[in-house]
This record gives sequence, C-alpha cells and structure tokens, in this order.
Amino acid sequence: MDWRFKVANREAWIGVALAAINFLWWYGFAYGLGSGPVSEYQFIFGMPAWFFYSCVVGSLLMIILVIIVVKFFLTEVPLDEEEDHS
Amino acid sequence: MNWGVMIPLIIFLAIVFVVGFWSSKTVYAKSNFMQEYFLGSRELGGLILAMTMIATYGSASSFVGGPGVAYTEGLGWVLLSMAQVATGYFVLLILGKKFAIMARRYNAVTLVDYMKVRYDNSKAVVILSALSIIIFLFAAMTAQWVGGARLIEAITGLSYTTALFVFAAAVLVYVIIGGFRAIAVTDMIQGLIMFAGTLILLVATVIAGGGMQNIMTELAQENEMLLTPFGHDGSLTPLYVSSFWILVGVGVVGLPQIAVRAMSYKDSRAMHRALIVGTIVVAFMMFGMHLAGVLARPILPGIDEPDTVMPTLAMTVLPAWLAGIVLAAPMAAIMSTVDALLLMVSSAVVKDVYYNYVNPKATEKKIKQVSIGVTSVLGISVVFFALSPPDLLIWLNLFAFGGLESAFVWPLVLGLYWARGNKYGALASIILGVGSYIAISVFAPEPFGMHSVVLPVVLSLIGYVLASLLTSSKQSHTMETS
Repeated sequence: MDWRFKVANREAWIGVALAAINFLWWYGFAYGLGSGPVSEYQFIFGMPAWFFYSCVVGSLLMIILVIIVVKFFLTEVPLDEEEDHS
Repeated sequence: MNWGVMIPLIIFLAIVFVVGFWSSKTVYAKSNFMQEYFLGSRELGGLILAMTMIATYGSASSFVGGPGVAYTEGLGWVLLSMAQVATGYFVLLILGKKFAIMARRYNAVTLVDYMKVRYDNSKAVVILSALSIIIFLFAAMTAQWVGGARLIEAITGLSYTTALFVFAAAVLVYVIIGGFRAIAVTDMIQGLIMFAGTLILLVATVIAGGGMQNIMTELAQENEMLLTPFGHDGSLTPLYVSSFWILVGVGVVGLPQIAVRAMSYKDSRAMHRALIVGTIVVAFMMFGMHLAGVLARPILPGIDEPDTVMPTLAMTVLPAWLAGIVLAAPMAAIMSTVDALLLMVSSAVVKDVYYNYVNPKATEKKIKQVSIGVTSVLGISVVFFALSPPDLLIWLNLFAFGGLESAFVWPLVLGLYWARGNKYGALASIILGVGSYIAISVFAPEPFGMHSVVLPVVLSLIGYVLASLLTSSKQSHTMETS
C-alpha cells in the first residue's frame, strides 16, 4: 500500500475522533447543565453556564485541538504521483 | 434610499467585481482550460482554501434565516447552529489527502469525475450523480438568489426585480469569465467581510442591549425558555437538535460544492493551514451571527418576519456606514454560495454530461465555448426562476443539502477508504438516499423526532454496504485503494 495512504487513513480517523469529542462536549454541557430549572442556572460573563461551556468553551477547545492535531499529528505528503510509485 | 448604508455596499460590490474580473485573466493563460475553469488548476493555498470552503458553505441561512430563527427560539438555536463547527475540520480531515491524491491520479476535475473512475466508468453512476447535482443545486441556487435579491430589496428599497438584476449583474460576470479561480479569490474577500461583519454586529448588539447580563435578564423576563437549550416553547428536543449534526455538521462531507474544494488545494501545507483557519472562522461566524439574533430580541421586540431580524438589527444598532459593512456580510455569504453553485452545476453539465457522453472528442476551443456558454445560460435562467420567488428559503436550501448528502456521503467516503465498495453499492446508495429523503420529507417529515436527513443517510449506508458485498464476487475490484 502506498505509504501516503497510511498517513491519510490515520488522519481520517483523527477527524472522526475530533468530531466525537466535539459532539460529546457540546451535548454533555448543553443538556447536562441546561436541563434544570432556569431559576437555578449559573451565569458566566452574563451567559447561562450551559451555553458558556458548551458553545463558547467548546468552540475554543475545538480550535485548540485542531491546532494541536495540525502541529503534531499531521504529516506532509506529496499529493502528485511520484516517479517510483508502484 | 439610505446612502450612508448604500455606499459601503456599492464599494463592496465594486471591489468584488473588479477582483473577480482581474483574476479571470489567468484563466486564459493556462494550458488546460477545463482544469483551470472548474478547479483553478489545483493551486489554492491554505488561507484561500479555508475561506472558499467557509464562504461556499456559509449562505443566506447562516446570515439571514438562521439569526431570524434564533430570534424566535432563543439560545437553543445557537446551540444547534454550533454543530457547524465540525465542518471547519471534518471535511478536510475525512476526505483529506487521500481524496487529493486520488483526484490527481484520476485526473478528476469534478466530483463526478472521481466517481466515474472509482466506480469502473459506470454510466449509471455518472448520470445519476450529475443529475442529482444539477437538480438539487439548481434549487439551492434559486433559493439563494431569491435571498440575495430580497436582501437588496430590504436594504435599498429597490423593487424585487431590480434588486435581482443588480445582484445577478454583480455575480454572473466574474463567474462566467473567471471560473473557479475568480470564485476562490472573491470568496477570500467575501469571507473576510463575513468575519468582520459578524464581529461588528455582535459587539454592537451587546452594547446596544446594555451588556450581556442585562440582555439575558430581559430575555428571562419575557420567556425564560429562551435561555434554555430547548427552544422558546420547549420543543427542541436533544435528539432533534443532535440530528442536525448530520445535516449541517459531519454530513457536509457529501456536499459536492464543498467536496470539490477538497481536491483543489496545492499541497499538504495548504490543507493544514486551512484546517486551523477554517475552524476558527466558521466557529466564530456561526456563533456570532446566531447569538446576535437572540440578543436582538430585547432590542427589537415583536418582529414577525424572521428574515428581517438581521438587516433591521444592523440598521438599528449601528451608524449607517457600519451597517453598510455589516450588511455586506450576508450579501457576501450569498454571493459566495451562488457563484460556487453556479459553477458546480455548470461543471456537471459540461464535464460530466457533455464531455463524457455527448461530445468526448471536443477540442479545447470547443470546450471553452461550451463552458462559458453553459455557465451563462444557467446563470441567466436561474435569475428568471427567481423572478417569481418560492417561499421558505431555508427549507428549500436544506432540502437540497439533505438530498445531496444522502446521495454522496457514502459513495465518496467509503469509495476512498473501503476497497470492496463498488458501483452497485454507489448506485444503491444514491438511489436509496435521494429516494428516501424525498419520500420522508414529503410524506413523513422528521421521523422519530429527528431531522428528515438522518434515516436516508443510514439507509444509504446500508444500501452501499449490502449491494457492494452481494455483488463483490461478480465484480473483481481492480483499483488499488487499500
């Protein structure tokens, strides 16, 4: 198998993992903290805590994770066909 | 007419027009016209790749329809819209380098080209794919076009018809003569305007409402459900909201106008950079615009027509010239979507149908004429369709999205990563996906409290896998995909 495809397969799985983390964080904070009565809501920077953690922190987390993945886990590969490709 | 608002808008349109026109020069200097016109000769760098993906994806519903719904539903709709953060990294990571490598190996210019080679030159796969793209994207394009004209109508007070022609004139010229490169370069400007517009509007809205805390208190006084994840009447269930992860999150991989961009970049480094930029920009834009829609509620109570929330808000909380810049953002979003859709439909007609089956021996010169001719005819006909506008902007748009996602997600993704997937699988997937999506949307929408797209995507997966497995003994697969 072309070595580049091993890299590509691994990176596709990283994409799946990122989306899974993204979803769990988003869902967990939104419905974990947001399901109680509004009178018991905590507020952070004026926003309900569920919203702050799920949407604001969740987005920042994903941005940081994507940066980490790009810097440390992705590999540069040539996209064009190489001469010795078999 | 409000000239303070108009002048920034006119300047914006003029810049886009000039840049689009200027970047079209390169098109005629390249040796392979079709590669250049429909794919920009695979030369996109990271920043421009990120911007063209986001600008193509971000449309009338992100800037006009979405904030309008958020105004009605409250924070629950912002939560829903955040499923779109995934589009910033998911498409590029999933299709990733494999798609870029295979597309180059197959010499594919369109998504259908890729499918054609991957699925053993199956005529049925090519024709069905091309037809789905032409029909659904034409519908989506018409809806966006209507949105663009309505927006100009609302801002300027021009009649709908005049507004439509202004919009058409601004977009059509550079797409027709400049192709993919002009679209990508103008997308860059449009993406920046979308980003800046979101930032300005969000900050100004928070200030106009007397601070975040104050706005939230007023929202809670009006209806405390606006602060919950469940919508203004509690009808947004976790399952329903989560099901949008398929439609506007991970399923976006299957949208041809997005997927084709994943084969247009220059090198690995461009893709890496686009991942970071794309995630940041899409997260901020979706969050900012939808939140602004919610925060608008105490400032502008009692708006009945959701689509007018965003333009009214901009003109209320901002001085005219800044409102002009902010209102250029939805305009940019719509322009950058319709230009991509127009070229996508045109490429399906020219490359996938005409060049494949009608006239495979067409000369370079002939291809050039046909490409420009077809793009013009499509562009002009969509304007005429938009003259008697169909209602329900978002619905029409989402209908097209769901249909294409159900059709293409699996043939595309499993085609890349599962060697046993074959043309029968792809056919089953497309037919089941599109067929069941239309049937469910029309006869039994939102089954089990999920968005209508979920079941068709699952059926399409089952169809792909079953049909591939059942036929794999008959069809020995020759491609070295594993």
